[in-house]
Amino acid sequence: MTPTKTKRAKKAKSTQWNPNIVVFACNWCSYAGADTAGVSRIQHEPHFRMIRVMCSGRIQPGFVLKSFEKGADGVLVSGCHIGDCHYIFGNERALEQFDKTKNMVRLLGLEEGRLRLEWISAAEGARFAEVINEFTAQVRKLGPSPLNSDNRKR
Amino acid sequence: MKTTSTQELAEIAKKAKTWACYDCGKCTATCPISRAGATFSPRRQVLATNLGHRQEIIENSALFVCLTCGLCDMRCPVGVGYTDLVQQLRQISYHEGIEPECPHGGALQSMMRMMAKGKTKQERLNWLTKDLKVQQKKGDVFYWTGCTMYYDAFFPDFNITTLDGTRAAIRLLNRLGVTPVVSPDERCCGHDLLWNGDRENFELLAKHNVKLVEASGAETLVISCAECLRTWKLDYQPFFEGSPPKIMHITEFVAEHLDDLKFKANEEHMVTYQDPCRMGRHLGIYDPPRAIMETLPDISLVEMPHSRKRAVCCAGGTWSNCDRYAKHIQVDRLREAKSTGAEILVTCCPKCQIHFACAMKDPNLHEEIEIPMRDIATLVADALAD
Repeated sequence: MTPTKTKRAKKAKSTQWNPNIVVFACNWCSYAGADTAGVSRIQHEPHFRMIRVMCSGRIQPGFVLKSFEKGADGVLVSGCHIGDCHYIFGNERALEQFDKTKNMVRLLGLEEGRLRLEWISAAEGARFAEVINEFTAQVRKLGPSPLNSDNRKR
Repeated sequence: MKTTSTQELAEIAKKAKTWACYDCGKCTATCPISRAGATFSPRRQVLATNLGHRQEIIENSALFVCLTCGLCDMRCPVGVGYTDLVQQLRQISYHEGIEPECPHGGALQSMMRMMAKGKTKQERLNWLTKDLKVQQKKGDVFYWTGCTMYYDAFFPDFNITTLDGTRAAIRLLNRLGVTPVVSPDERCCGHDLLWNGDRENFELLAKHNVKLVEASGAETLVISCAECLRTWKLDYQPFFEGSPPKIMHITEFVAEHLDDLKFKANEEHMVTYQDPCRMGRHLGIYDPPRAIMETLPDISLVEMPHSRKRAVCCAGGTWSNCDRYAKHIQVDRLREAKSTGAEILVTCCPKCQIHFACAMKDPNLHEEIEIPMRDIATLVADALAD
């Protein structure tokens, strides 16, 4: 393939709509899990911005709702598996906060598929890639968030 | 972002009549926040406005400490509109990029701004039960639900159901032969955004809501929440195209029709009443809730020493100023309520309930300040004869 052809092929591929996803990841498990995926060179969808927090228990509804308010098409909250939290019970708090968030998002009329909670350990690089791919596909199917102010096409 | 000019400040000073201030300091002496020990001083803010000291007003975060409860307005001998002044100053400070520190991580502000954007279909009316008769589009009476469904979803750990008050209000309207319009397209009234300084999003909400109520053809708008009531009665006035409907609090509506309601004998209770600052000092509605409670059989009302005009705010009006002083005010107020000997604290603002419930969670003070709370509508609805 000539270089121009490769370029064209790439361009053709990028015509599909790409969502803006915000991923909240805890420092000890999920962020390290993403690192593992990178180190192991596992290919996955790149359409997300990752925000590292020290513990998933820190991720309160305000963070998620602000992301949606600013036009995020999907938000993924991730942390250590239950029982594995670096701070012993932080992820149990995360679960409580996530339930509250989910209820608020439902009331506000956003599709529930735009929000997801996943436990990903530091060793689960492949799992991280899988979750990102799945979630990106899911959000892509839902299309741009109604609160997204720039009129990107599906 | 822009910098406020001295001229703009002078304009605001003129509107709020701060030039009349003669430095007596009654506002600071009466301010609940100052009394709780904060360095905050309304008088200083008035002085700074008069002198055009932009930096002191805008960059000093004291502006967002004020509860906007209106106690200083009541005391001021020359009628400086301090509460209005704060509303104006917050708007210019918001334009300069200064926002209040939002408790709850700004979740509630985000919720309001999302509603201001519209574009989504809210699941607002899932709480309606079958026994409540409502209609969706047109009718003579529009019932404004407020955001209690959101509060209940957001504060599951407080063991209070603010929606009970909303449901009870509809039950009361039904009993009076009214099938109110309850709209799924209602949005937050924007009260908190306005008081946080975000006029832009407030206006979006105001325009939508006014249009919604005007389209329903309602002649009367009945509201349960004290803050929504203030917003509709005062802040929404410029947005009406035709003549505005008659805007009433549920207690005003019920008090007018008290003779049509029959009550049954109930358990005897001594209750005390918390005047929400929005309903009391901002709008001057003191008597209708009291008239209702006096009519209810087996309910006797004991007043707290600080009641009516002198009532103390729940210290959390606009989701923007929760600090140790606020906690102090809440605990003091609950102690006052308990010392009356009342068994129930009655109020008609969901936020008063939320903030007092939060204060009651203090594990050290638990029994000292714990008192059951009821929305006035539930009190009346439960006393209805079958």
